[in-house]
Amino acid sequence: MTQVTVGAAQALGAARAAAGRGRVEFRDVYLAYEGHDDFAVEAITLDIRPGEFVAIVGPSGCGKSTFMKLASGLKGATRGEVVVDGKRVGGPLKIVGMAFQAPTLLPWRTALDNVLLPLEIVEPYRSTFKRDRAQFADRARALLAAVGLAGYEDKFPWQLSGGMQQRASICRALVHQPEMLLLDEPFGALDAFTREELWCVLRDLWQQQRFTVILVTHDLREAVFLADTVYVMSRRPGRILAQREVELARPRELDVTYTDAFTGIVHDLRERIGAIRRA
Amino acid sequence: MTRAQQRRVERAAPWLLAAAILVVWEVVCRGFAISEFIFPAPSAIARALVEFAGPIAGHAWKTFWTTMAGFAIGVAVGLLLGFLVGSSRMIYGALYPLLVGFNSIPKAAFVPVLVVWFGIGTIPAILTAFLICFFPIVVNVATGLATLEPELEDVLRSLGATRRDVLFKVGLPRSLPYFFASLKVAITLAFVGTVVSETVASNDGIGYLMMSAGSSMRMPLVFAGLAVIGAMAMAMYGLFAVVERRTTGWAHRGQTS
Repeated sequence: MTQVTVGAAQALGAARAAAGRGRVEFRDVYLAYEGHDDFAVEAITLDIRPGEFVAIVGPSGCGKSTFMKLASGLKGATRGEVVVDGKRVGGPLKIVGMAFQAPTLLPWRTALDNVLLPLEIVEPYRSTFKRDRAQFADRARALLAAVGLAGYEDKFPWQLSGGMQQRASICRALVHQPEMLLLDEPFGALDAFTREELWCVLRDLWQQQRFTVILVTHDLREAVFLADTVYVMSRRPGRILAQREVELARPRELDVTYTDAFTGIVHDLRERIGAIRRA
Repeated sequence: MTRAQQRRVERAAPWLLAAAILVVWEVVCRGFAISEFIFPAPSAIARALVEFAGPIAGHAWKTFWTTMAGFAIGVAVGLLLGFLVGSSRMIYGALYPLLVGFNSIPKAAFVPVLVVWFGIGTIPAILTAFLICFFPIVVNVATGLATLEPELEDVLRSLGATRRDVLFKVGLPRSLPYFFASLKVAITLAFVGTVVSETVASNDGIGYLMMSAGSSMRMPLVFAGLAVIGAMAMAMYGLFAVVERRTTGWAHRGQTS
C-alpha cells in the first residue's frame, strides 16, 4: 500500500508543479495589530515560487508568527497586499496546512482521528466524509506510516512522545493535500536527535509532494538544511533584511550539515542576525 | 511496605480517620459526661438514627428529590449560560459581572423572598438548590470553552471552520472534564441549598426535621439529620466522580496509570 501511496504522492507533486499552484507574493505589506500604533511587520516584499521551500529566521519577537498569519489569511494586511496564486488574500485560505511548536492534538481523539480532523472540516472532503471515511482513513494511515508512526494510529496523544505528537501534527497539516504548508517553529520543543529525524521526514514529504513551505524558525542549521531560500527578519517592527539562496544540491542528507559549504552559509546568516542584535 | 499494601492503606485511610474521629468523640463525650442536649455522642446519634429510622427516611427522600430537581434545573441553566458566556466575548463581558454579583448574595437571605413569591414548601427549596448550584457549572463550562489554544483555533479557522465547527469538534469535548468536575461541586451545594430552605420555610425534609428536633432539644436527632445529609451528598459526589472518570478518562490519565 505504501508503494501505491508514494506513487500517488509523486503524481500529485508532478501535477502541482505543472499547475504552478502555491505561489505567494507579498507586496509591500504592513500589519499593525488592533490597539497598537506601531507595525508588527513592515515593508515586506517577497515572492515565493510554487513548491519553493522558504525559511524565515530572526531574533525572537520579530514578527515571524505575524508573517505566518498574513500568509495564511488569518490576518489581513493593514497596508499592501498578499497575493496567492494571482488572487488577493481576503480571508483564511483553505489551501493551507499549519503546524506549530505545540502539537495541539486533541487529547480525546486517537492519532488517526486527529489526522482526519481537517477532512471533517474542509471542502470538498467534508461533504463526503461519512461516505468516504474508510478511504480517507487509508490516506491518513499512509501519511502516518510515511512519518514513521505506523502502528501508533490508535494511540491517544498522551501515549505518544513529544516527537511522535509532532509527527502526527504534521500529518494533520498535510492530510487535506494543501498547496501551502506553514510551520511555526515546529521542531522547537524537541531534542536535537528527534529534531534532525523530523527534518528528514519533512524533507521527504516535501520532495514527494512539492507543496510550498514557509518555515518560521530560529534554528539556522534547520533553515539552511531544509530551505531553498532563507529570509532574515529584523527585530520588531519586522522587516526582511536579507535574502539568501541555499544552493546546496538536493536531495540533501544530514551529512551535508558538516560540510564547509553548509557551515559557511550558516555563518553568514549568523553574522547578519548578530548585526541586528547589536544594532 | 510493598506497593499493594501501600495502596490498601491509602484506600482504607478515610475510613480509618473517620473511625478514629468517632472514637475520640465518643470518649470525650463520656469522659467529660457531656449532656446529650448539648453535644450527643456518636452512640446516641446512632440510637436516634435507628429509633427514628422511618421518619428520617421519609424526610431524607423528600430532601433528596427536591435537591435533584433543583440540581437538574441548575445543570440545564448552568450549561446554557456557560455555553453563552464561553462562546462569545461580548456576552462574557455583559453577563459575567452580573453573575459574580448574584453569586455573592447569600442564598439563605433570598429564601424569604422566594417564600413570599411561592409560599412555604417544596418550590422555594428547589429554587434555592438551583440558585446555589448553577454558578460553578457556568464558570467551568465557560472556562472550558474559552481556554481553547489559539494555535488550534488558527488551524481550524485556516481550514474554513465555522464557529459551530469549532464549538462541536473542539469546544464542547474540551469543556466536558470541566463540566463533570463542576457537577461534583454543584451537587453538594444543591444539598446545602435545599436544607437551608427547608430549615427556614418548609414542613418536611431533613432541614425541617432538624429544625423541629432542635427546638424540642432533641440533639441526637439533629445530628442524625446532619449525618444523613452528609451521607447523601457524599454518595452523589462519588457517583459523579465515577461518571467523570468514565466519560473523560483522557483528562485524568495521570491518576489512573
